[in-house]
Amino acid sequence: MKLFGKEVALQDKRRIDERTKVEKISTFAFVMLAVSFFAIPLMWLILAPFDSDPTFRIKWPNWGLGNFSEMAENPYAYRSLMNSAIFSAGSGLAVILVGAPASYVLSRIKFSGRDAFLYVLLLFSSIVTGSAAMVPLFLLSLRLNLIDTYQGVVLVLTGGLIPAAIFILKDFTDSIPKSYEESAQIFGASSFRILKDVVTPIIRPGLAVIFVWSFVQAWGNFLAPFILIRDINKQPAAVMMYSFYNDGGQAVFRTVAAFSLIYTIPVLAMYFYVNKKYGFRFYGGIKG
Amino acid sequence: MSFVSIEKITKVFPGGVRALDELNLEIKDGEFFALLGPSGCGKTTLLRTLGGLESSTSGTISFEGKDVTFLTPGARNIAMVFQDYALYPHMNVLENISYPLKVRKFSKEEINKRVTQASEALSIQMLLDRKPGQISGGQQQRVAVARAMACTPSLYLFDEPLSNLDARLRLEARTFLKQLQRELGVTTILVTHDQSEALALADRMAVMDKGRIKQVGSPAEFFHRPANIFVASFIGSTPMNLLDGLINDGKVVIGSMTFDIPEHATSTARTGDQIVFGVRPEYVSLVSGPGSGVASGVVKVTENLGTHYLVTADCDGILVRGTAPDGSEPAMGDTVHLKPEPGRSLLYNKTSEDLY
Repeated sequence: MKLFGKEVALQDKRRIDERTKVEKISTFAFVMLAVSFFAIPLMWLILAPFDSDPTFRIKWPNWGLGNFSEMAENPYAYRSLMNSAIFSAGSGLAVILVGAPASYVLSRIKFSGRDAFLYVLLLFSSIVTGSAAMVPLFLLSLRLNLIDTYQGVVLVLTGGLIPAAIFILKDFTDSIPKSYEESAQIFGASSFRILKDVVTPIIRPGLAVIFVWSFVQAWGNFLAPFILIRDINKQPAAVMMYSFYNDGGQAVFRTVAAFSLIYTIPVLAMYFYVNKKYGFRFYGGIKG
Repeated sequence: MSFVSIEKITKVFPGGVRALDELNLEIKDGEFFALLGPSGCGKTTLLRTLGGLESSTSGTISFEGKDVTFLTPGARNIAMVFQDYALYPHMNVLENISYPLKVRKFSKEEINKRVTQASEALSIQMLLDRKPGQISGGQQQRVAVARAMACTPSLYLFDEPLSNLDARLRLEARTFLKQLQRELGVTTILVTHDQSEALALADRMAVMDKGRIKQVGSPAEFFHRPANIFVASFIGSTPMNLLDGLINDGKVVIGSMTFDIPEHATSTARTGDQIVFGVRPEYVSLVSGPGSGVASGVVKVTENLGTHYLVTADCDGILVRGTAPDGSEPAMGDTVHLKPEPGRSLLYNKTSEDLY
């Protein structure tokens, strides 16, 4: 009677329970490991700026705002953040100014090989700002006298971002029914008015998403300004971060910590703003 | 007086599709005109060409005697209601209705006056501050019509404006459109693939096929005297009987059946002509026994159409459809005798496919 009955069923159940317990614990441990991999640097980012004696390690800080005043004393820190803002806003604007009309045309005019064209563009975009193209880009910038200029970096960054921007914006534009434009046409609106009054307002969320995306990409880009900017007064934050050393070659953790936190704030703020205002969505038009 | 006149309009799309093929059409002032046809027949292309959204390959279009072939859509003084209504989702109803007026640089007072008039005429005053996404399909349609109306155009173009409404609402909207058109008295062209819509709304209509017009006339003419086999088979809620046969000795002979030659063809039909004999099932009734001009056969299918039944009988291998009043319908397998009403049958030439 031991083989069957409640007793055996209960034993089996206990065994299964134990097995699932082990499974749960190991899954949990793995997830914790993965989480800590990302969370520990973030913890450092949050705690270290307020620690008067920050190191590589995470520790409970000796609270204080001294790091920020020390950072403020570094003449290049603030300036580099402004430079980053110029690079990023410039690239964002350039991407919108070039990408929006291009995607509109690509959405409205059909030609054979259009989709292939878009995919090839997308493929190239990763090459333009990638390390492989840096030597030719440097030489090109040198010949065009664009070394050490804001325009040079913005051009390179924009070039890398535009294909993906066009790709995403075209999808937005595709979702606007053609009849919107046609009805405006019948009412006598000029092409410019149609773009201004009908098309742009509808794809505005798309434009906002693309602007923020370009801004963030440019904000975080290290390679392009690192190679194209020699003048320390024009270097952006991403490059400047690597220059906070003391005379002995030691990293100045107090400045680095405060600087890192300030460096992340604009990106976060923009993300929250756009998400609140439009929501990150990848379609236009109306539903229902 | 003809208001719209279309002469030899041809539209060839890149790729070689001839959407319109040397098409001629005259539309009278104040008329409600319907363009009907199967999908792909070119009716929407014709409407869009009238609106200036498509340019014709050749031919001329004139409104009130003035050539508009090369005018931009905005310069034609027309208004168009699209199938999806094309209301701008980011503008509320008020802004939607006043947008065309703003484009045309009307004064603030004039815009207010017109918006009030149009929205009252269509009873949408209470929707003015809503967005198109927040109102129902029927209301959206009214807003689209109001927007067109506020422009006081000299010609309305309607591109299947009822097809996005559900069946019940569609009937209401139909009545309302017809009333509105009567009140405004402005020439209106409606494109539809729904023949009941065309028959119900239009003063005159045209049936199109493959970029050509097959017939122009009043809805009654279409129903009673379709000009060719295409129109005969296209118009009518129950398919018309179209029976192949020939003329022999002053009679129409179809298999073992003989019928009198329809009146309109008595002088033109010759012995030996290959013909198609057409008669609507509504005009074929059941009689008690066989005889001359009667088709006898076995009932294959009966369909309930409400007040009457549609009876399909197999007469020696030829299917003939007739109707029987509700209550006296035959059962499947019964032998019935079907007699076309005199004066209601039509004769078509088999080769030219036209009415004799």
